Amino acid sequence: MSGLLIIGSSQAGVQLAVSLRALGHEGPITLLGEENHRPYQRPALSKEFLQDVITKESLIFRTQEYWDEHRIRVVKNERVVRIDKHADGSGVAHAISGAQFPFDRLALTVGARARRLPLPGADLPGVLYLRNADDALELKARVPAVQDVVVIGGGFIGIEAAASLRKLGKTVTLVEAGPRLVGRAVGDETAEFLRAHHAAAGIEVLLGAEVGRIIPRAERGDRVGGVEVDGRTIPADLVLVGVGVVPNTELAESIGLACDNGIVVDRYAVASDGVTLAVGDVANQPNPVPGAPDGDRVRFESVNNAVEQAKVAAYSITGRQEEYAGIPWFWSNQGDLKLQIAGLSSGHDRTVVRRDDARGRFSVLYYRCGRIIAADCVNNPLDFMAVKSALAQGASIPPDEAADPATPLKSITRNDPR
Amino acid sequence: MAQITYTDTTGDARTVTATVGDSVMETAVRNGVPGIVAECGGSLSCATCHVFVDDADFAGLPPMEDMEDEMLYGAAVDRGPTSRLSCQIKVVEEMDLHVTTPETQV
Repeated sequence: MSGLLIIGSSQAGVQLAVSLRALGHEGPITLLGEENHRPYQRPALSKEFLQDVITKESLIFRTQEYWDEHRIRVVKNERVVRIDKHADGSGVAHAISGAQFPFDRLALTVGARARRLPLPGADLPGVLYLRNADDALELKARVPAVQDVVVIGGGFIGIEAAASLRKLGKTVTLVEAGPRLVGRAVGDETAEFLRAHHAAAGIEVLLGAEVGRIIPRAERGDRVGGVEVDGRTIPADLVLVGVGVVPNTELAESIGLACDNGIVVDRYAVASDGVTLAVGDVANQPNPVPGAPDGDRVRFESVNNAVEQAKVAAYSITGRQEEYAGIPWFWSNQGDLKLQIAGLSSGHDRTVVRRDDARGRFSVLYYRCGRIIAADCVNNPLDFMAVKSALAQGASIPPDEAADPATPLKSITRNDPR
Repeated sequence: MAQITYTDTTGDARTVTATVGDSVMETAVRNGVPGIVAECGGSLSCATCHVFVDDADFAGLPPMEDMEDEMLYGAAVDRGPTSRLSCQIKVVEEMDLHVTTPETQV
């Protein structure tokens, strides 16, 4: 019996293995990673790790003793390039090294990769991405020798890295093609609050900016020297690109699984062949939020989703159908800002802003048809926690009363029938 | 040597040798101590590493900061007088800390 093969020793892959053992699953588990690192956590790569606040060791998920004790075989540095799969879901994965990994059942937790910048000069040394530990190690190695940094892309990774690099004393320009930061992940008010904060912290934030090309250094043509933005040249010793991700669906496509912006799965994390599982950033799933429109699908890029969906997948493997529990939430630490997001704000028809400049707090509550659906909270964990638990309980927070930032949300939360 | 004893709500106790500089959360998670979830990996964003510190040990810990205090109000099990988020407790030399994990973290 060859057991479960989990391809991708990511947050989702680790959680799937751990959850299976917690549920008492006894079968063999192999957790396969293509990177030459023990399974590690990614969120800090753009934050505490980049700022040298924490060490590499503290990113490691579990000790070797844990893996041994729980009989989870962890394999690193093996990149799967081909899978032979039978109709019953079993098969063999072939790695580029020639190693073979037979399985009774397969789980794909292969995540996503950084979208490449299709621009002239983007292949110059000194143009970096930030997705995995090797990216972060290369960035950290180059940071001491550089002063001028251009970050292309004003999403979470770009902003977090820009804030970290600013904290390290660099001259940072953040270039975003869209009209505001963070795209659709937060509302207008939050995006503007973030922009103003980071601008005040000394980051030059350029919105609606078009990057023409990346320019080699004049005296050393083999290195980056600047970025052409809206026709002018911004000097750069280092360019960091954070323009989104592409889900790694190639292996899934090669074995005939339905893919559409990720691997298409059902509410139980099962792919279109009815047996293979897909979890985390790579999975396109029915929107799990209570009250979401029928047929609405989402692909999350978050730790919370990787963890919760992995638990659902673990239940599937043990033969139980358990739907996704909990409200999606996200966080982004940006320099001195702690942004926490509860729920999904898309489709809101009203916002309530709670702003307390004296205490540096800022929250936006999102409502649809009078019911709260989400909140963006900056340095405001009380609001975040109050909204997250209200959403989980189906409770309401009346918008008119919530408008006074001095009123604790918990005190006006009402449990009422939907 | 530093050590942490984690006891769950049924009274099951497990003592783990800890590395100075790690947090009490990291020590639990890396060694697979159940009862501590720590979704956010210690960045003080999720309140899923809540512990009740033994009365005798609580006063000896450095005080918590406002952010931790506020996050604790959102923990899945209501906070008590000696509640802490274990990601914010650093292991120090000769530490012999006793904590109880709540019934649930989410």
